[in-house]
Amino acid sequence: MKPVNQVRNALAFLEDQPHHEQAFDTLIWGLRERRDAAAREVPEWEDLRTLASRIKEHTLSHLADYLEQFEERATANGARVHWARDAHEHNQIVYDILSAHRAHTLVKSKSMLTEECQMRPFLETRGIQVTETDLGERIQQLDHQPPAHIVGPAFQKTAQDVAEEFHRVYGSDPGRADPVYLAHVMRERTRPLILAADAGMTGANFAVAQTGAVVTVTNEGNADLSGNVPGLRICSVGIEKIIPGLAELAMFIRLLTRSATGERITQYTSHFAGPRAGGEMHIVLVDNGRTQRLADERFWPSLKCIRCAACLNTCPVYRRSGGLAYGATYMGPIGLITMPAADVRRFRELPFSSTLNGSCSNVCPVQINIHEQIYAWREVMDADGLFSVTKKAAMKAAGAVLSHPRAWRAAAEAGDAALKVLPHFAMYNRVNAWGRHRDVPSTPKETFHQWYARNRGDARPPAQTPAQGEDPGHDRP
Amino acid sequence: MIPCYIDMFYPEVGIATLELLEKLGADVDYPFDQTCCGQPMANSGAQAEARATEELFVNNFAAYDHIVAPSGSCVHHIRNNFTAAVDSPERRHVSARVHDLPEFLHDVLKVKDFPWAEFPHEVALHVSCSAIRGLGEQAMSERPNDPFFSKPRSLLEKVKGLTLADFSRPDECCGFGGTFAVTDEAVSASMGNDKLERLGATGARYVISGDMSCLMHLQGCAHRNREDFHFLHLAQVLNGSAR
Repeated sequence: MKPVNQVRNALAFLEDQPHHEQAFDTLIWGLRERRDAAAREVPEWEDLRTLASRIKEHTLSHLADYLEQFEERATANGARVHWARDAHEHNQIVYDILSAHRAHTLVKSKSMLTEECQMRPFLETRGIQVTETDLGERIQQLDHQPPAHIVGPAFQKTAQDVAEEFHRVYGSDPGRADPVYLAHVMRERTRPLILAADAGMTGANFAVAQTGAVVTVTNEGNADLSGNVPGLRICSVGIEKIIPGLAELAMFIRLLTRSATGERITQYTSHFAGPRAGGEMHIVLVDNGRTQRLADERFWPSLKCIRCAACLNTCPVYRRSGGLAYGATYMGPIGLITMPAADVRRFRELPFSSTLNGSCSNVCPVQINIHEQIYAWREVMDADGLFSVTKKAAMKAAGAVLSHPRAWRAAAEAGDAALKVLPHFAMYNRVNAWGRHRDVPSTPKETFHQWYARNRGDARPPAQTPAQGEDPGHDRP
Repeated sequence: MIPCYIDMFYPEVGIATLELLEKLGADVDYPFDQTCCGQPMANSGAQAEARATEELFVNNFAAYDHIVAPSGSCVHHIRNNFTAAVDSPERRHVSARVHDLPEFLHDVLKVKDFPWAEFPHEVALHVSCSAIRGLGEQAMSERPNDPFFSKPRSLLEKVKGLTLADFSRPDECCGFGGTFAVTDEAVSASMGNDKLERLGATGARYVISGDMSCLMHLQGCAHRNREDFHFLHLAQVLNGSAR
């Protein structure tokens, strides 16, 4: 598959008509501001982050024990636990459960894991009708788009966009773009599907080893309807979602909702502990590359993620690129460091869609060193030979000039140094990329170096000081 | 240490830095064979290509007590990401002894005032991401319970006549990001223009920063938009060379 070109996709978002960038930036930055206000209310906020990070590190480093404990408790509660090595196994397990019950309709709440596994198309091609019940996710499903944000899948759309979409799909009033009306339109259309569904599905925000319960944190109540109305319930859980017990859960809830939306708590925190009377509950524990990432010394901390999307909300690149530009299940900073772990060739450009400003790491409620991992992934792309030929050549040329004083002086003091040297650093993808929206700095009459030589007396030419371990002969023109 | 882009495009910033340190009584040397810290290659992931440049830097600077640069971004690289060069006591020495100019003035020289400096203008201070989150020169907006402090701001407050204008999203990235400015030019320019809008909303026409690379980007955006801003490095104001 061709590598995702985030840069080109972001350009399309920036130039789209009608223009969405500003509304998107305002909405998403608003979440960041609400998060700040919520964090300010909790004097021990930074201590909580440290503690949450340590709990996740502890759990991840004892993952097998906690998973077995969870399985034991969940089984004792009457649930059936399945283990899936990868996305395909997950989808097959879900399909097998459904076909064993002759289930043809499935309602589900939002689950990034089922997105990751591409479960919907898998089931649909096998004759299962899958209905998303989260409002944002349903909006995206009806528009044949993946989620644009981890917490609010349709954040990229304005109310007017949704009004037009619902008009197209449901024949509702295209002139009424108020969210309450639109939510009612959706409710009227979706409720009957929930009531008639053969099976219901949820993801998991947490899986509690102590109780064997799957916990979801939502506002719309759709997870509770999806999980409780049909007799057959399936919960898909990434194995990194395990936490030890209820005491830890209480702490993560405090961090999760405040980090995500600035709310102290959501409307519903639901514990799915066992099947409802007369029903069945299946839990699918999914690895899909997580064990392999856990073994990676540099990148395992990304498994601490609790999917709050605070890193997206703070990321100035995400807010100006749009969520779909990443072509990925996980977008924004967390996507930059998790998607290449899933498919390094396809997502090789993603780690470069960052200014390395570090804001993401500092909002992360579990202290993932996101920007340091972005930096490290860039090294991996080079080490794995995934730089383009022109990029590699540009880096070699820059490295050669900058490691040799005489060559550097010649470049810096050439006429029109601005045009010659500035682009030299990185102008390997498009001619005069700097100059499309910006002017280049004017070149002064003399460099600092020349001024210093003239004013501080030492006018000797640069010595040929080679770098350590290098052949001094390389310096000669 | 004079960063490559300051040497080439902004010699007046290098001169102001040198003169300021001399006024404050420091014994300043300018190693003649310096080029660059290696960040353009290292930030791009090209460790092998950064190695010789980083090692040249180590050779040039290992003998000094303090290495001072008017660039948070370069100092962040040298202090926190100097891993392309072979590990050696010299490499660790330069990483440990490198200071961004505001840090050196604030923490090492503990400068109380700049009697020669006067700047009777309202200014907007842009502190770079490297200086804030890489070097800890200023409290971060992401940590709202930390007490506020800002080393560059406290230095500017010592300048006669100068007033500081506050603007929204003060520590959002300006969009420069090194090679990002070229590889992701559209998003980069969009971020730059947003930053200019917030700076401009204060009414201040002077934008001051300890990082000339951010300003080079913002200046490029402003110039293209025909906006009337003056961009100055902190050193030019503290040295009294801009009035």
